[in-house]
Amino acid sequence: MSHNTILVFEVTILVLAIFLGIEVISKVPTLLHTPLMSGTNAIHGVVIVGAMIVLGQPDKSAFTWVVGFAAVVLAAANVVGGFVVTDRMLGMFKSRERPKKPNEP
Amino acid sequence: MSYNLSNLLYLISIVTFILALRYLSNPAHARRGNQIGAAGMVLAIVVTWVKVGSTSWWAIAIAMLIGGGFGAVAARKVQMTAMPQMVALFNGVGGGAAALIALAELHRVLPLAGEPKADISLGIVLSALIGSISFAGSMVAFAKLQELIGGRPITYSGQQFVNGALFVGGLGCAIALVAGVQDEWLLWVTIAASLAFGALFVLPIGGADMPVVISLLNAFTGVAVALGGFELENNLLIVAGMLVGASGTLLTLMMARAMNRSVANVLFGAFGQVSEAAAAVAAGDGGSVRSATAEDVAVMLAYAHKVVFVPGYGLAVAQAQHDVRQLADLLESKGVEVSYAIHPVAGRMPGHMNVLLAEANVPYPQLKEMDEANSEFSRTDVAMVVGANDVVNPDARNNQGSPIYGMPILNVDDAQTVVVLKRSMNPGFAGIENPLFYNPKTVMLFGDAKASIDQLIADVKPL
Repeated sequence: MSHNTILVFEVTILVLAIFLGIEVISKVPTLLHTPLMSGTNAIHGVVIVGAMIVLGQPDKSAFTWVVGFAAVVLAAANVVGGFVVTDRMLGMFKSRERPKKPNEP
Repeated sequence: MSYNLSNLLYLISIVTFILALRYLSNPAHARRGNQIGAAGMVLAIVVTWVKVGSTSWWAIAIAMLIGGGFGAVAARKVQMTAMPQMVALFNGVGGGAAALIALAELHRVLPLAGEPKADISLGIVLSALIGSISFAGSMVAFAKLQELIGGRPITYSGQQFVNGALFVGGLGCAIALVAGVQDEWLLWVTIAASLAFGALFVLPIGGADMPVVISLLNAFTGVAVALGGFELENNLLIVAGMLVGASGTLLTLMMARAMNRSVANVLFGAFGQVSEAAAAVAAGDGGSVRSATAEDVAVMLAYAHKVVFVPGYGLAVAQAQHDVRQLADLLESKGVEVSYAIHPVAGRMPGHMNVLLAEANVPYPQLKEMDEANSEFSRTDVAMVVGANDVVNPDARNNQGSPIYGMPILNVDDAQTVVVLKRSMNPGFAGIENPLFYNPKTVMLFGDAKASIDQLIADVKPL
């Protein structure tokens, strides 16, 4: 495929992703807006894939080496922190109280 | 791994991310969705690992351990009250990573003097630009929320001009790079100007507007990641980044709408500056404030049929969510109906109060959204305002001169009695006077919210 063909294909995907994002998010209740933010925060941690590709280039300059390394560190913090914190938050949402005493009805 | 195979596996990751967001529509299975998303992320990392092959694998591993270790520890240790700054921090590092990727790629392709010009895409320079803005802006937001720097709006004359010049300058250099003026210093100026712009544009924004800003910066990082995906010809980055970009933008608009202000007004209005005059006006027709003791309030609560708690940022500051829950339990054991009225922009990030109360084990069916809560206030005996201010300010309905005029609020003054827990008569974070405090229906219970609630628990118990 020529470069332009790929570009058009990518733009198509991009535009569809915008509509998909709006569609999916508009169904999230305000109750869960903080987990939504932190969950989407975790998803853009996918930038780690790009950082790995940069740091994994063969025959790279010292500059690329340093910048790529820093990018992987930052992206890893984003992705791990994002998912862990979202999991912690969502674990707290309960519809009923946990029974504190077993003998309570 | 072939290009097609890796892209197919990336597609699985994309689907898991969409499912993760889809599952967030219901608190009952939201957590499972997040775990599915995390599994998809692991898949994406493994696929990339195999694709990259043996090159620098140990450097990648060390970098992931450092960053991942920091992220995991920070995410586990953070208090729920500190959640907004944690999200800002993780968002900032993501934006920083996107900017660094763009920087490395641009540095690689920029030709040395005398070499033929390289083909530089607009996507990659914009990724550097937006990623840098997001990084610097998020770090300033983090510093403000963590109270490393003052939370009040910081303004100076010519501020908009300086910000505008930085943005236009950065964008101009970025476009020059694409247009073919390929000097490396242009790249550095682009990044420096974007960093400065990001920091300076968040600096004047007051703490009460942080929900809008954090959500916008989240969208920025998403867009920067998607644009980076163009350069690396990686569908996963494009789709995942743009999902976040779209959702963050939508959430930003929803937050701004909940305050009845435009996004531009939030970002450039330096809210809180205008309030001095309005405060003076409101204070003029003030009248007197009724203050009560904890015992008085305890009697009111214990003999009420229906009590609604209205939490605000003060609840988070005082870390009083567990105490509120205990008081609510105690009241319920006395047959009082208890619920919580949550304003969409209460706190420092969208939905902040819900998370705090969930942490204190409040069952989420008791958390009422604004419209539902407003329909119930007329049947409410006591509305307990705990650390909220602007979101219950009747000036938003009545006073056209008020900076928050038009913002939908919780109509606590429809209740029989309003109890306001407050540290002192100082105006709230936005610095706006609140006539609710002078309403004859209102009694004030001064003091630290946590201490006051604890005192109420002690006083309600024997009744």
